[in-house]
Amino acid sequence: MPNATNIALIPLLPLAGFILLGLFGRKYIKNGAGLIGTALLLGSALLALYTAYDYFFVYGKVDGVYQQFVPLKITWLAFSKELSIDMGLVIDPISVMMLLVVTFVSLMVHIYSLGYMKGEERFPTYYAFLGLFTFSMLGLVLASNIFQMYIFWELVGVSSFLLIGFYYDKPSAVAASKKAFIVTRFADLGFLVGILILSYFSGSFDFQTLIARLTSPESNEVKNAVASTFLGASALTWGAALIFIGGAGKSAMFPLHIWLPDAMEGPTPVSALIHAATMVVAGVYLVARLFPVFSVTTPAVLEIIGWVGAVSAIIAAVIACTQTDIKRVLAYSTMSQIGYMMFALGVSSYGGEAGLGYTASMFHLFTHAMFKALLFLGAGAVIHYVHSNEMKDMGGLRKKLPITHFTFLVACLAIAGVPPFAGFFSKEEILLAAYNSNTAIYWIALITSGLTAFYMFRLYFTIFWNKAQGEHSAAANKHGEGGLVMMLPLVLLAVGAAGAGFIPFGEFVSTDGKALESHFHLSFSLAPVALGLAGILAALWMYAKANDKPARLAASLGGLYKAAYHKFYIDELYLFITKKVLFNLVGRPAAWFDRNIVDGLMNLTGNSTVLVSEGIKKFQSGKVQQYAIFFLGAVVLLAVLFIYVWR
Amino acid sequence: MMEPGLYHILFISTALFFTGVLGFLTRRNLITMLMSIELILNSVNLNFIAFNKYIWPGRMDGLFFTLFIIAIAAAEAAVAIAIIINLYRSSQSIDVNNAEDLKY
Repeated sequence: MPNATNIALIPLLPLAGFILLGLFGRKYIKNGAGLIGTALLLGSALLALYTAYDYFFVYGKVDGVYQQFVPLKITWLAFSKELSIDMGLVIDPISVMMLLVVTFVSLMVHIYSLGYMKGEERFPTYYAFLGLFTFSMLGLVLASNIFQMYIFWELVGVSSFLLIGFYYDKPSAVAASKKAFIVTRFADLGFLVGILILSYFSGSFDFQTLIARLTSPESNEVKNAVASTFLGASALTWGAALIFIGGAGKSAMFPLHIWLPDAMEGPTPVSALIHAATMVVAGVYLVARLFPVFSVTTPAVLEIIGWVGAVSAIIAAVIACTQTDIKRVLAYSTMSQIGYMMFALGVSSYGGEAGLGYTASMFHLFTHAMFKALLFLGAGAVIHYVHSNEMKDMGGLRKKLPITHFTFLVACLAIAGVPPFAGFFSKEEILLAAYNSNTAIYWIALITSGLTAFYMFRLYFTIFWNKAQGEHSAAANKHGEGGLVMMLPLVLLAVGAAGAGFIPFGEFVSTDGKALESHFHLSFSLAPVALGLAGILAALWMYAKANDKPARLAASLGGLYKAAYHKFYIDELYLFITKKVLFNLVGRPAAWFDRNIVDGLMNLTGNSTVLVSEGIKKFQSGKVQQYAIFFLGAVVLLAVLFIYVWR
Repeated sequence: MMEPGLYHILFISTALFFTGVLGFLTRRNLITMLMSIELILNSVNLNFIAFNKYIWPGRMDGLFFTLFIIAIAAAEAAVAIAIIINLYRSSQSIDVNNAEDLKY
C-alpha cells in the first residue's frame, strides 16, 4: 500500500523551502539559499522516485490493472454530510508519472539556476518562488478533489506570475506577468463555472465519485444533467467545455495562447520549468484526469478538444518558423507540442486499443518535458554566453559551447522525431492514434511535424553554425560555458531526451489501467520521419551558412510571412477587442457610472452634511444672552402654537 | 377706594417679568443680569401668591411654592455670585461678552 507520509512529503519539502527562504532568505541565508532549495528538492525527487518504483513495480497492479489509491484524505470544508471539499492525495499512473516529471525537471532547474542566477540580487527570493511553484504543481498533480486542484491551479498561476515578473524593474517583464495572469485568470473563470456545474449535477467534488457518477449513462445524475439544457447543449456538455476552457488557458491553446510567448520575459530556467515542462501541461493533465467524463459522457467536447489542439499545433508551428527571438521560437514550439498532446487526447476514446491517444498524450508529455526543458536550459546557456536573445547575435557557437551544442542537438533531434530519440516514439503513437480516428487531424499533425523539424533546425543552425568562428565580441567570452552546475542538468536531460522513448509507456499508463501493447509499423513511420528529415535538410540548406536565401524566401511568401511574423495579428485582435470594444462599450460607461452616480451619491450625502453643519454651527456662539433669546423665542412660538393653533 | 383685583396683580407681575427679561437680554453686566433673574423669579412668586389668594383661598400650596422659590433664589444667587467672582478673577471683567468659553 502507498505510504501517505512519504507521498505527502513530496510537495511539503518544497513548501518548507519556500517558507524558510521566503522568511529568512534575504537577511540571513543569502547565498546558501540555492543549496538549501536544491537539497530539499533532491529529497522530494528521491521520494518521488521511490514512490514511482513502489507503485509501478510493487503494489500498484492488481490482476494486471493499475489501481487508483487515495492514501490520504482530510475533510477541509464540510458543506453537508455528502458534500465536502477535501485535501487528499491520489496515486494513479498519471499522477505518479507527473510526480517524476515535475520533481526531476524542477531539480534540474534548481541545479542549473545555481550557476545561471549566481550573483543575482534577489537570489534567495528566486529560490523561494521556485519552491512555491514546485509545491503548488505537485499539489495540483496529487489533488484527489477537483476543488483542491483548482486551489493549486491558482497557486501555480500566482507563482508563474511572480517568476515572470521576477525582473520587476523591467517594464516588459511587468507587462508580461500581468498579461499571463489576466489571460489565465480569465480562462480560470470558465474552469470554476465548469467545476460548479459538474459538481452540482454529480453532487460531489471528489474525482472518483464525480467520475463514477457522471460516466454511467443510467445514473440519476447523468439523466438530470442531460435533461437540463442551455442553448441546445446539455448541462454536462457545458460543464465539460468550460472546464476545458480553463485547461486551454493554462496550456496556452489557441486562442488563449497569447500570454505564453510574452512569459519568456522571466529568467530562462523558469521558462524551462514552468512554461515548457510542467505548468503549461496542467491543462493536458486536467483533461486526462477527467478523461472518462470527456470521452464517455461528452464526446462532442472531446472533439472540440481535438480540433483546438490541432489548430494550436499548426498555427504555433507556422509562427515559430518566423520568429527571431530564440526563446519565443521555443515558446511557440511548446505551444505546438502541447497542441499535439491535446489532440491526442481528443482523438482517443476510453478503454483498450482505442485509448492509444491517451497513452500517447501522456507519453509525449513525459518526453516533451525532457527535451523541451533541455532546449530551454541550452538556450539559457547560449543567452548566458552572448547576452542576447536575438538569433542574429548568435552563430558559430559550436566550438565555444561544445556541451551545450551537443545536448541541444540531441534535443532538436528528439523534438523533430528522428529515431531513436524520445520524441520519435511518442510522436509516432500520437500520429497513429490520430490516423486511426480522425484523418483530417492526422494530416495537420503530419505537416506540423515537418514544420517542427524545420524550425528547430533553423534555430540550431543559426545558433551553432551560420557565422564563422571569430565573429563574436571578445567581451562576451569571459566566463566560458557556465561550469559544472549548468552542464550537469543539460547532460542528464540529454540522457532523458535520448533514452526516454524506450520506456514501454503503454504498460504503465493507459485509460483503464490495463497494459497497452504499442505496435510499430515501419511503413507508417516512414512518412513522418521522411518529412522530419526533409525539414532538417531544408533548414540545413537555408541556414547552415549565412546567405540571403531566407530573406528571398520570406519575400516570395510575402503576405503569409508577414502575417506569421506578426503572430497572425492575434495580439492586435485582442487589443482591438479589449481596448476599442470592451473599454469603450463596457469599461467607460461603467467608469462613468461609478464616477458620477455612485461617487456622486456618496459626495452628495457628505456635502449636504457639511452644508447643514456650516449653517447651524453659528447657533452655538457661547453668548448666554443669545441662547436666552432663542429660548424665549421658542417658548413664545410654542405658546402661540398651543394657544391658537393646536387647540 | 377700589380694592386691587387679580388682574391688577397679574399686570404688575407680567410687567415685572418682562422688565426682568429685557434686563437679562440687554444688559452686559453679569450682576445686573443676576438682578434681572431675581425680578423674573419674583414675578413668578407674585403670580403664585395672587392665584392662591384669589382662586384657592382656603389652601396653602401657592405660599409654599413661593417660600421654596425664595429659598432657591437665595442659593442660586450665592452660586451665581461665586461664578461671577471666579470669572472676574480669570478675565478681569464681568462683561458677559467676554465669557464666550461656553461654546467649547
